[in-house]
Amino acid sequence: MSRKEFICIGCPLGCNLVVEFDDEKKEVLSVAGNSCRTGDIYARKETTNPTRIVTSSVPVSGGDMAMVSVKTQRDVPKSMIFPVMDVIHKTKAKAPVHIGEVVIRDVAGTGVDVVATRNVNER
Amino acid sequence: MNGHDIVIIGGGPAGLAAAVAARETGVQDILILERNHQLGGILNQCIHNGFGLHTFREELTGPEYAQRYIDKVLGSHIPYRVDTMVLDVQSHRVTYINREEGMVTISAKAIILAMGCRERPRGALNIPGYRPAGIFSAGTAQRLTNIEGYKVGSKVVILGSGDIGLIMARRMTLEGAKVEVVAELMPFSGGLKRNIVQCLDDYNIPLKLSHTVVDIQGKERVTGVTIAAVDSHRKPIPGTEEHYDCDTLLLSVGLLPENELSRGAHVDINQVTSGPVVDDTLETSQDGIFACGNVLHVHDLVDYVSEEASLAGRNAALYALGGKREKKGIPIVATGGVRYTVPQRLDIHHMSDMVTVRFRVGDVYKGRYVSVYYDDTRVMHLKKKVLAPGEMEQVILQKNSFGQFSDVKTITVKTEEA
Repeated sequence: MSRKEFICIGCPLGCNLVVEFDDEKKEVLSVAGNSCRTGDIYARKETTNPTRIVTSSVPVSGGDMAMVSVKTQRDVPKSMIFPVMDVIHKTKAKAPVHIGEVVIRDVAGTGVDVVATRNVNER
Repeated sequence: MNGHDIVIIGGGPAGLAAAVAARETGVQDILILERNHQLGGILNQCIHNGFGLHTFREELTGPEYAQRYIDKVLGSHIPYRVDTMVLDVQSHRVTYINREEGMVTISAKAIILAMGCRERPRGALNIPGYRPAGIFSAGTAQRLTNIEGYKVGSKVVILGSGDIGLIMARRMTLEGAKVEVVAELMPFSGGLKRNIVQCLDDYNIPLKLSHTVVDIQGKERVTGVTIAAVDSHRKPIPGTEEHYDCDTLLLSVGLLPENELSRGAHVDINQVTSGPVVDDTLETSQDGIFACGNVLHVHDLVDYVSEEASLAGRNAALYALGGKREKKGIPIVATGGVRYTVPQRLDIHHMSDMVTVRFRVGDVYKGRYVSVYYDDTRVMHLKKKVLAPGEMEQVILQKNSFGQFSDVKTITVKTEEA
């Protein structure tokens, strides 16, 4: 069994959450310190499957901007943030680019695409 | 002199939302003036997500949020000029300059101030030391990284835990830099809880509260900084100095509404917000000049900027269409831990059915009440689990709540122990 601690981001209160976790069964045994259900849900998610949307920007050639901002279309496991960034760092886009267009397909084997979050017109 | 019904100064989130609302209210002749070469304002460099949860019920990045409003402005053919600097504003008159037209003065039935804010610079902090390269405001570093594509630094110390500083701590970490520490002068962070967790805790970046930078080393480029703990008077405590080797110091030490034009127009400025004093229509002390967004008071969430700007746009439109009214509001007083309110005046006879009064508190309070008084009568008493300076609060005043208080002289918003 292990203990994990989080600060809840559900509201400005920022409850200090304490989770007891069964490492063998991969199960949350208890959540303490929360003031409401949001804290309980957050603690369980952060313990068993923490995920984040990764945002960055990549150079774009032939455009009216030097960079195009991008994001992972869905959240990816927290442990994949840096592998995702490694791929983003090696990526260059070509104008024109439109919001929502795929810039990297299935980034770092996550099954998630990286898409443009702004329009860049041809120069 | 050419003229327009409404001239909007600033094409960021506030100006865009104000324009859209003014058009929806029935004003055809609108002009947006923007000094940058594109619309969207600061959102263009805020490439992180978390925008729009209130407005669009989904989590967007800054550029995506901006584009939603830009599309509305383009879709309704609202004219705008970019690369255009406004030089002077007076009631019903705006002077601007750009490369195509030179200097132009136009008339305006109504004017909406939506110039936003800028960052407090190093010069405002009195940090000793040389002036080497490598000291950036967090927003400048954000622009250089996200829009220009430069690498700003590789070993970073951040002074101030405002939201942009927190966002940049994560951004620079993702770009391969090592963020050594975030030092915050106050005993609490001015940033959103979400950002502390997802930008610092996620990457094990320490946040040192009640700490400040007492020395910057390096002559050509920053080579290190010294931080120290501060006492309750925010004075550095001798003997607590710690040295950090670094090549970059980011400053995230507050935002200042950009009100040079407002002052030039003789608009009354509130000492706490550094923004115009407004009534419940968001009209300033000057006839026909309205204000919204970060030029009015600094917001945490763009969603609230859009909402506020829509209100300014609607009211400016009603004004331009001939609905001018006497300024008869009564003051809304902020006291007892409430630092300010926006609006600062309310006309209870002509107000809309509901008026949102936004405010900030001056300290972190747990289990306190937010109370509203009409003169000496308490009419609202809301228990709050937590109140923090970094999180804007609001109370909603209903028009019908003034039924038995038709001759009220003062509205007071304060926090109370019980």
